[in-house]
Amino acid sequence: MTPARLAFDRVACLRGGRLLFEEIGFSLGAGDAALVTGPNGAGKSSLLRMAAGLLDPAAGTIDRQGGIALSDENAALDAHRPLGDALAFWAGLDGRGRSDVMAALDRMGIAHLDRVPVRMLSTGQRKRATLARVLASGAAVWLLDEPGNGMDAGALDRLADAMATHRANGGIVVAATHQPVGLDRATVIELA
Amino acid sequence: MTAFLSLVRRDLALSLKASGAVLPVVFFLLVATLFPFAVGPDAPLLARTGGGVLWMAALLAALLPVDRLIEPDRASGVLDQLSLRGISDEVIAMAKIAAHWLGFGPPLMLAAVPASALLRMDGAALGRLELGLAIGTPGLAALAVTTSALTAGLRGAGALAGLLMLPLSVPVLIFGAGALSESGVGALKLLAAASLLLVAGAPFATGAAIRAARE
Repeated sequence: MTPARLAFDRVACLRGGRLLFEEIGFSLGAGDAALVTGPNGAGKSSLLRMAAGLLDPAAGTIDRQGGIALSDENAALDAHRPLGDALAFWAGLDGRGRSDVMAALDRMGIAHLDRVPVRMLSTGQRKRATLARVLASGAAVWLLDEPGNGMDAGALDRLADAMATHRANGGIVVAATHQPVGLDRATVIELA
Repeated sequence: MTAFLSLVRRDLALSLKASGAVLPVVFFLLVATLFPFAVGPDAPLLARTGGGVLWMAALLAALLPVDRLIEPDRASGVLDQLSLRGISDEVIAMAKIAAHWLGFGPPLMLAAVPASALLRMDGAALGRLELGLAIGTPGLAALAVTTSALTAGLRGAGALAGLLMLPLSVPVLIFGAGALSESGVGALKLLAAASLLLVAGAPFATGAAIRAARE
């Protein structure tokens, strides 16, 4: 397995004819993390979507090695299905098994919700489920958009713990957030 | 390929859960039941026009779930997550077309049997109708998915999708109904051509529409 890598080189973002940011450059290797900060509408989510390859940069180049997992405001879980099954669909596409899903649910402290339909989950539980999808994916690069939104202190601890373990295993974490999420030794990318 | 199959399985399960294979079938049979009331119980007239009516019903049945084919997956981020996993938008489109067809095509072909009896069509006419439906409904499914992707996220998407889809489905309708006559072999070939064109072109048009909606 080639080491994970995510590098932006003089990247600019143009949305709806408006320049959100330009000349953004950073390079993350195995075990590194980045914290994307900035006011609402500064382009934090757009930066993550660019890193994921869902948006093309207006200028500059993006180099990514390793699988990508994205957690944003969309849970992407089928509402009527039990949580475990909804996550297992994604795990199947990632070449992972049911045991990885259960391990991820356990890590986020929602293993008991395995058989509960996704539409019955609260905001915080849904956010935990979204993060469990990232955990279960086995992807090297985690892109987390507002990972702490709607989560209680216990869940935030679990998130910080999961991110630390992921980095210790050679993964990369990029988080866009307003609140502290327990990401130490992180490169700060400030968008004006 | 495994990704394609698991996508088809998921979409089919979702559509069966949402309305079942029942809704298009009920709609189809309802049309077949109501039509004799409208034109009267004149058996030769019913037999002559029945096939065309069933083709209209098949077309509208394909259109029934058009607002649910793409938009929920776009809004909930499923399309983004699939793209992240290296599954191209064209493959997503093909899976959606296959799942949509499986959800209404075969059930409709089954429902055509009682429907043809209601419309006083004889066995030979039913055979030609079934053959035409087998060839033409994949084209209708492809067209429905494409218009669904083109209108995803727009206000009044359902009505707009209808306006977009109905004119484009005219060739399928003409040749499908034309293939019902005893000398309809030529029309059947043209129906196959029209359906093939739609099925071949739809994944690319749908993929482009999904990409455009992501911007």
